[in-house]
Amino acid sequence: MKRDVFQAIADPTRRAILSLIALQPMTPNALTEHFDTSRQAVSKHIKVLTECQLVKQEQSGREIYYHFNPKKMKVIADWLEPFRQLWETRFNQLDAVLNNLKNK
Amino acid sequence: MIANKELVFSKDLANKKVHVVREFDAPVEQVWKAWTESEILDQWWAPRPWKTETKSMDFREGGRWLYSMVGPEGERHYCLADYQKIVPNKSYTYIDAFCDENGNKGEDFPNMHWLVEFKATGQGTTVAIEISFSSEDSFQKIIEMGFEQGFTMALGNLDEVLAK
Repeated sequence: MKRDVFQAIADPTRRAILSLIALQPMTPNALTEHFDTSRQAVSKHIKVLTECQLVKQEQSGREIYYHFNPKKMKVIADWLEPFRQLWETRFNQLDAVLNNLKNK
Repeated sequence: MIANKELVFSKDLANKKVHVVREFDAPVEQVWKAWTESEILDQWWAPRPWKTETKSMDFREGGRWLYSMVGPEGERHYCLADYQKIVPNKSYTYIDAFCDENGNKGEDFPNMHWLVEFKATGQGTTVAIEISFSSEDSFQKIIEMGFEQGFTMALGNLDEVLAK
Protein backbone atom coordinates (compact mmCIF):
# COMPACT_ATOMS: atom_id res chain seq x y z
CA MET A 1 0.00 0.00 0.00
CA LYS A 2 1.28 3.41 -0.96
CA ARG A 3 1.01 5.96 1.81
CA ASP A 4 1.51 9.69 1.74
CA VAL A 5 2.90 12.18 4.25
CA PHE A 6 -0.51 13.65 4.97
CA GLN A 7 -1.75 10.35 6.26
CA ALA A 8 1.37 10.16 8.40
CA ILE A 9 0.91 13.48 10.14
CA ALA A 10 -2.85 13.08 10.61
CA ASP A 11 -2.19 10.94 13.68
CA PRO A 12 -1.14 12.62 16.97
CA THR A 13 1.19 9.80 18.07
CA ARG A 14 2.96 9.90 14.75
CA ARG A 15 3.35 13.67 15.00
CA ALA A 16 4.84 13.19 18.46
CA ILE A 17 7.26 10.56 17.15
CA LEU A 18 8.36 12.93 14.39
CA SER A 19 8.92 15.75 16.89
CA LEU A 20 11.09 13.48 18.99
CA ILE A 21 13.29 12.08 16.24
CA ALA A 22 13.58 15.47 14.57
CA LEU A 23 15.72 16.44 17.58
CA GLN A 24 17.89 13.33 17.54
CA PRO A 25 17.89 9.82 16.06
CA MET A 26 16.37 7.32 18.49
CA THR A 27 16.24 3.58 19.06
CA PRO A 28 12.84 1.82 19.24
CA ASN A 29 13.24 1.33 23.01
CA ALA A 30 14.13 4.93 23.72
CA LEU A 31 11.18 6.03 21.63
CA THR A 32 8.71 3.69 23.33
CA GLU A 33 9.62 5.15 26.73
CA HIS A 34 7.96 8.40 25.68
CA PHE A 35 4.58 6.79 25.15
CA ASP A 36 2.00 4.99 27.24
CA THR A 37 1.30 2.53 24.47
CA SER A 38 3.05 -0.78 23.84
CA ARG A 39 6.22 -1.19 21.85
CA GLN A 40 4.13 -2.91 19.17
CA ALA A 41 1.82 0.07 18.83
CA VAL A 42 4.80 2.38 18.46
CA SER A 43 6.34 0.02 15.91
CA LYS A 44 3.16 0.14 13.88
CA HIS A 45 3.32 3.92 13.73
CA ILE A 46 6.99 3.76 12.79
CA LYS A 47 6.07 1.39 9.98
CA VAL A 48 3.62 3.93 8.55
CA LEU A 49 6.18 6.72 8.89
CA THR A 50 8.80 4.59 7.15
CA GLU A 51 6.44 3.67 4.33
CA CYS A 52 5.86 7.31 3.55
CA GLN A 53 9.58 8.03 3.88
CA LEU A 54 9.36 10.48 6.77
CA VAL A 55 11.51 8.11 8.81
CA LYS A 56 14.66 6.26 7.81
CA GLN A 57 16.18 3.36 9.70
CA GLU A 58 19.89 3.00 10.21
CA GLN A 59 21.76 0.16 11.81
CA SER A 60 24.47 1.20 14.25
CA GLY A 61 26.15 -1.80 15.85
CA ARG A 62 23.40 -3.93 17.37
CA GLU A 63 20.93 -1.06 17.52
CA ILE A 64 18.52 0.36 14.97
CA TYR A 65 18.18 4.13 14.98
CA TYR A 66 15.23 6.02 13.52
CA HIS A 67 16.15 9.18 11.64
CA PHE A 68 13.88 11.99 10.55
CA ASN A 69 13.73 12.83 6.83
CA PRO A 70 13.00 16.57 6.59
CA LYS A 71 12.99 16.56 2.77
CA LYS A 72 9.73 14.70 2.78
CA MET A 73 8.12 17.32 5.02
CA LYS A 74 8.59 19.83 2.22
CA VAL A 75 5.71 18.14 0.42
CA ILE A 76 3.44 19.50 3.13
CA ALA A 77 4.90 22.99 2.93
CA ASP A 78 4.41 22.99 -0.84
CA TRP A 79 0.87 21.82 -0.44
CA LEU A 80 0.11 24.72 1.90
CA GLU A 81 1.52 27.30 -0.51
CA PRO A 82 -1.78 28.10 -2.30
CA PHE A 83 -3.31 28.81 1.08
CA ARG A 84 -0.56 31.38 1.71
CA GLN A 85 -1.27 32.90 -1.67
CA LEU A 86 -4.93 33.19 -0.79
CA TRP A 87 -3.99 35.37 2.16
CA GLU A 88 -1.64 37.50 0.05
CA THR A 89 -4.41 38.27 -2.41
CA ARG A 90 -7.05 38.75 0.23
CA PHE A 91 -4.91 41.19 2.19
CA ASN A 92 -3.88 43.21 -0.84
CA GLN A 93 -7.58 43.67 -1.51
CA LEU A 94 -8.10 44.71 2.09
CA ASP A 95 -5.35 47.32 1.66
CA ALA A 96 -7.26 48.77 -1.28
CA VAL A 97 -10.54 48.78 0.65
CA LEU A 98 -8.93 50.49 3.66
CA ASN A 99 -7.37 53.03 1.36
CA ASN A 100 -10.78 53.84 -0.13
CA LEU A 101 -12.32 54.22 3.32
CA LYS A 102 -9.58 56.64 4.26
CA ASN A 103 -10.19 58.84 1.25
CA LYS A 104 -13.92 59.12 1.80
CA MET B 1 -0.69 54.54 -2.36
CA ILE B 2 -1.27 51.03 -1.18
CA ALA B 3 1.18 49.77 1.38
CA ASN B 4 2.71 46.46 0.44
CA LYS B 5 3.27 44.91 3.83
CA GLU B 6 4.85 41.57 4.36
CA LEU B 7 2.67 38.61 5.15
CA VAL B 8 3.89 36.18 7.77
CA PHE B 9 2.50 32.71 7.26
CA SER B 10 3.65 29.93 9.53
CA LYS B 11 2.54 26.41 10.15
CA ASP B 12 2.58 24.59 13.41
CA LEU B 13 1.41 21.22 12.22
CA ALA B 14 2.38 19.45 15.42
CA ASN B 15 -0.22 21.56 17.22
CA LYS B 16 -2.63 21.61 14.28
CA LYS B 17 -2.34 25.36 13.79
CA VAL B 18 -1.66 27.90 11.09
CA HIS B 19 -0.65 31.50 11.88
CA VAL B 20 -1.10 34.47 9.60
CA VAL B 21 0.16 37.95 10.54
CA ARG B 22 0.03 41.16 8.50
CA GLU B 23 0.20 44.89 9.15
CA PHE B 24 -2.25 47.37 7.61
CA ASP B 25 -1.88 51.05 7.01
CA ALA B 26 -5.03 52.19 8.85
CA PRO B 27 -6.18 52.76 12.43
CA VAL B 28 -7.48 49.82 14.47
CA GLU B 29 -11.11 51.03 14.39
CA GLN B 30 -11.10 51.03 10.61
CA VAL B 31 -9.42 47.65 10.22
CA TRP B 32 -11.82 46.20 12.78
CA LYS B 33 -14.75 47.53 10.74
CA ALA B 34 -13.36 45.98 7.57
CA TRP B 35 -13.37 42.59 9.29
CA THR B 36 -16.67 42.81 11.09
CA GLU B 37 -19.09 44.66 8.79
CA SER B 38 -20.45 42.59 5.94
CA GLU B 39 -20.63 45.46 3.42
CA ILE B 40 -16.87 45.90 3.72
CA LEU B 41 -16.03 42.21 4.12
CA ASP B 42 -17.84 41.47 0.86
CA GLN B 43 -15.41 43.80 -0.92
CA TRP B 44 -12.23 41.91 -0.05
CA TRP B 45 -12.78 38.50 1.59
CA ALA B 46 -12.87 36.50 -1.65
CA PRO B 47 -9.76 36.77 -3.80
CA ARG B 48 -10.76 37.98 -7.25
CA PRO B 49 -12.19 36.80 -9.58
CA TRP B 50 -14.26 35.24 -6.80
CA LYS B 51 -16.84 37.34 -4.95
CA THR B 52 -18.23 37.20 -1.46
CA GLU B 53 -21.99 37.59 -1.06
CA THR B 54 -23.33 37.93 2.45
CA LYS B 55 -26.69 36.31 3.00
CA SER B 56 -26.98 37.38 6.62
CA MET B 57 -24.67 38.70 9.27
CA ASP B 58 -25.21 39.08 12.96
CA PHE B 59 -21.94 40.19 14.47
CA ARG B 60 -22.35 39.47 18.17
CA GLU B 61 -21.40 36.65 20.52
CA GLY B 62 -23.51 33.67 19.46
CA GLY B 63 -24.32 35.33 16.13
CA ARG B 64 -23.54 34.08 12.64
CA TRP B 65 -22.20 35.26 9.29
CA LEU B 66 -23.71 33.24 6.44
CA TYR B 67 -22.14 33.96 3.09
CA SER B 68 -21.24 32.43 -0.20
CA MET B 69 -18.15 32.52 -2.34
CA VAL B 70 -19.19 32.98 -5.95
CA GLY B 71 -16.83 31.87 -8.68
CA PRO B 72 -16.32 33.31 -12.14
CA GLU B 73 -18.50 30.58 -13.65
CA GLY B 74 -21.23 31.26 -11.13
CA GLU B 75 -20.25 28.32 -8.95
CA ARG B 76 -21.17 28.93 -5.35
CA HIS B 77 -19.85 27.64 -2.02
CA TYR B 78 -21.73 28.53 1.13
CA CYS B 79 -19.78 29.11 4.31
CA LEU B 80 -20.61 30.26 7.78
CA ALA B 81 -18.85 31.75 10.74
CA ASP B 82 -20.33 31.20 14.20
CA TYR B 83 -19.02 33.99 16.41
CA GLN B 84 -17.96 33.07 19.90
CA LYS B 85 -16.12 35.74 21.88
CA ILE B 86 -15.95 39.34 20.75
CA VAL B 87 -13.81 42.06 22.36
CA PRO B 88 -14.41 45.19 20.22
CA ASN B 89 -11.31 46.56 18.48
CA LYS B 90 -9.19 43.84 20.09
CA SER B 91 -10.13 40.31 19.10
CA TYR B 92 -12.84 37.87 18.17
CA THR B 93 -13.12 34.14 17.75
CA TYR B 94 -15.33 32.00 15.58
CA ILE B 95 -15.84 28.54 14.20
CA ASP B 96 -16.13 28.26 10.45
CA ALA B 97 -17.74 25.55 8.37
CA PHE B 98 -19.01 24.76 4.93
CA CYS B 99 -22.80 24.62 4.74
CA ASP B 100 -25.82 24.83 2.45
CA GLU B 101 -27.68 28.03 1.59
CA ASN B 102 -29.69 27.79 4.80
CA GLY B 103 -26.66 27.41 6.97
CA ASN B 104 -27.00 23.68 7.57
CA LYS B 105 -23.50 22.42 8.21
CA GLY B 106 -22.25 19.53 6.13
CA GLU B 107 -21.84 16.60 8.49
CA ASP B 108 -18.56 15.48 7.10
CA PHE B 109 -17.01 18.88 6.67
CA PRO B 110 -14.31 19.87 9.11
CA ASN B 111 -14.49 22.89 11.38
CA MET B 112 -11.72 25.31 11.99
CA HIS B 113 -11.41 27.58 14.98
CA TRP B 114 -10.32 31.15 14.25
CA LEU B 115 -8.82 33.74 16.56
CA VAL B 116 -8.38 37.17 14.99
CA GLU B 117 -6.45 39.78 16.99
CA PHE B 118 -5.94 43.48 16.25
CA LYS B 119 -3.10 45.58 17.63
CA ALA B 120 -2.29 49.22 17.06
CA THR B 121 1.24 49.89 15.88
CA GLY B 122 3.05 53.17 15.24
CA GLN B 123 2.08 53.04 11.57
CA GLY B 124 -1.24 51.28 11.61
CA THR B 125 -2.67 47.99 12.74
CA THR B 126 -1.34 44.48 12.98
CA VAL B 127 -3.78 41.64 12.45
CA ALA B 128 -2.78 38.24 13.79
CA ILE B 129 -4.83 35.19 12.90
CA GLU B 130 -4.55 31.77 14.44
CA ILE B 131 -6.47 29.01 12.71
CA SER B 132 -6.67 25.75 14.60
CA PHE B 133 -8.29 22.52 13.66
CA SER B 134 -10.89 21.68 16.24
CA SER B 135 -10.27 17.94 16.46
CA GLU B 136 -8.11 15.13 15.21
CA ASP B 137 -10.96 14.19 12.95
CA SER B 138 -11.23 17.56 11.33
CA PHE B 139 -7.46 17.84 11.02
CA GLN B 140 -7.44 14.58 9.15
CA LYS B 141 -10.30 15.66 6.90
CA ILE B 142 -8.72 19.03 6.15
CA ILE B 143 -5.60 17.19 5.19
CA GLU B 144 -7.48 14.75 3.00
CA MET B 145 -9.49 17.35 1.14
CA GLY B 146 -7.01 20.20 1.15
CA PHE B 147 -7.88 23.65 2.31
CA GLU B 148 -10.69 23.50 -0.18
CA GLN B 149 -11.47 27.16 -0.07
CA GLY B 150 -7.87 28.23 -0.37
CA PHE B 151 -7.27 25.93 -3.25
CA THR B 152 -10.33 26.83 -5.24
CA MET B 153 -9.57 30.51 -4.83
CA ALA B 154 -5.89 30.23 -5.54
CA LEU B 155 -6.64 28.32 -8.70
CA GLY B 156 -9.18 30.95 -9.67
CA ASN B 157 -6.50 33.61 -9.36
CA LEU B 158 -4.17 31.54 -11.42
CA ASP B 159 -6.76 31.49 -14.20
CA GLU B 160 -6.93 35.25 -14.06
CA VAL B 161 -3.20 35.59 -14.29
CA LEU B 162 -3.00 33.16 -17.18
CA ALA B 163 -5.76 34.99 -19.05
CA LYS B 164 -3.75 38.22 -19.13
